[in-house]
Amino acid sequence: MSRVRDVFAKGKAFIPFITAGDPDLSITEELVPAMVAAGADLIELGIPFSDPVAEGIVIQEADMRALAVGFTTDKLFESVKRIREKTDVPLAFMTYINPVFAYGSRKFVQNAADCGIDALIVPDMPFEEKEELQPICREFGIDLISLIAPTSHERIKAIASEAEGFVYCVSSLGVTGVRKEITTDIGEMVSLVKEAQDIPCAIGFGISTPEQARQMSKDADGVIVGSAIVKMIAKYGKDCVEPVCEYVKSMKEAMV
Amino acid sequence: MSKGRFGQHGGQFIPETLMNAINELEEAYNFYKNDKAFLAELDELNRKYIGRPSLLYYAEQMTKDLGGAKIYLKREDLNHTGSHKINNAIAQVLLAKKMGKTRVIAETGAGQHGVATATAAALMGMECEVFMGKEDTDRQALNVFRMELLGTKVHAVTSGTQTLKDAVNETLREWTNRMEDTHYVMGSVMGPHPFPTIVRDFQSIIGKEVREQILEDEGKLPDMLIACVGGGSNAMGLFYDFIEDTSVKLVGCEAAGQGIDTDKNAATIATGRVGIFHGMKSYFCQDEYGQIAPVYSISAGLDYPGIGPEHSALHDAKRAQYVSITDDESVEAFEYLSRMEGIIPAIESAHAVAYARKVAPTMGKDQIIVINLSGRGDKDVAAIARYKGEEIYE
Repeated sequence: MSRVRDVFAKGKAFIPFITAGDPDLSITEELVPAMVAAGADLIELGIPFSDPVAEGIVIQEADMRALAVGFTTDKLFESVKRIREKTDVPLAFMTYINPVFAYGSRKFVQNAADCGIDALIVPDMPFEEKEELQPICREFGIDLISLIAPTSHERIKAIASEAEGFVYCVSSLGVTGVRKEITTDIGEMVSLVKEAQDIPCAIGFGISTPEQARQMSKDADGVIVGSAIVKMIAKYGKDCVEPVCEYVKSMKEAMV
Repeated sequence: MSKGRFGQHGGQFIPETLMNAINELEEAYNFYKNDKAFLAELDELNRKYIGRPSLLYYAEQMTKDLGGAKIYLKREDLNHTGSHKINNAIAQVLLAKKMGKTRVIAETGAGQHGVATATAAALMGMECEVFMGKEDTDRQALNVFRMELLGTKVHAVTSGTQTLKDAVNETLREWTNRMEDTHYVMGSVMGPHPFPTIVRDFQSIIGKEVREQILEDEGKLPDMLIACVGGGSNAMGLFYDFIEDTSVKLVGCEAAGQGIDTDKNAATIATGRVGIFHGMKSYFCQDEYGQIAPVYSISAGLDYPGIGPEHSALHDAKRAQYVSITDDESVEAFEYLSRMEGIIPAIESAHAVAYARKVAPTMGKDQIIVINLSGRGDKDVAAIARYKGEEIYE
């Protein structure tokens, strides 16, 4: 059983996403343990990319801010080592295939494993292309997270049956970002996954309010929130730790 | 299992949300590419609307002036809308219509593909929206207005470098948001499978015509084909029919901007390395961490940090050669062809003309070069004037 999967055995998981290096890596190093203290069960660290095609404007701008102040993948590996001295919360990297491939996929996954990363999420690498990283992730004991979308339909069975850690259920069409309403039948998505494999399902994309978190956690095993938090980081800059943690606490408490 | 590979390149690196749309497109294309009614309709549009076959013109003055190989120009600039882009746009919009789509979206750099897509959409009664980098809407303002005249909504993209790559990002994002009624008319031989194959097939009419025309005029195949390369659709369209004819040299001209030893260029093969971006594995201009480089060229159509996967495979196999042409060389060639033959080329196509000026004198008089004159230069006149220090307002 992976550390990632264990998280969901303890109850519904709240999974915050932050863009690593926004506003800088020292804040990232403060935010991670603080969010754990506020109730985060698993944390996604976004590795900034110049051209994040699956992101809405909020995370695009966070990526640009981080890159503008000199973010590099190597600096992040160093940061994660320091984070690991403070917390043992499961950590996932979320990034695009090119930063992994260009770094050297094997070297990237090995370094990620060495500094204590548990999972990898690559939104522009669909099921058909996962051989690019799957064998290497297996070798180093990292869960390669599979995504399913409202358009996946008959693809869900194949994707879910080979999934590891948890299945990332994309709640809506389009890119990341806060949405007023989520119209997809999440319950149906989750049950199709579970028919193929008894694996935890976490919902992401568009969730921002405690009410949405409560709703989503009825159908799923976990709730992922990115843009709403990244927006707060953009607003408060280096003073973001306290307001973000209050928010994380309110979201975690709202979940059933 | 990965599909659509050219050697190690290609593939389908896109978000899961788009996979069913891509699979639906592949299925439809595999059906319609052999469907007699579809092909007849496309042939009719090619002949009666685009004005195909485009001429193969013997550039006698240029040949005499350079004193080497005989130079022919494939006149894609004479197509309706003024470039080769219409070949692919009209075929993809027709395909989208057959698939039951009512709306098309597209990226554009110089505006040629945007104009071609807007035109095809107007003709076939489809809704159309085009994404164009803000910087490109400024330097190609006339094309923005052309698209609007054709009933298309143009979105100026303000993210990233505000050029072609950012326009592709934004079009992909929009497609992720709405694919049920919407087809993405990819403008070059790039992106996830099946786009590189579809666009190549629809552009390969260029090379097929060249073969017939040159055999009629000269009784033999050319020795060299030259085309400019951004994503690489006009080059792939010219090259494809000749790949098996190994006596025919294939040369792609990349934009060296201010030089490949500066950071202001868009010469992907010369300065990039293998990466995975915009749906495909291929060569990309990028830093050591895989951040895509902000590229530069005077030509908005070549100002792209990648190249189509089939070109990368032709490069790896050494079947095609990729050379770099600077802004200065392309502007000189732009003026040269205008004076020498009375033909004003697109600044993109001028990159191919520039290489011909270098290589023709080194070849024998019995040898033949075909240059793909992929577009006309009207859109570039004001920008070239500005480049030369003259303030002209459109």
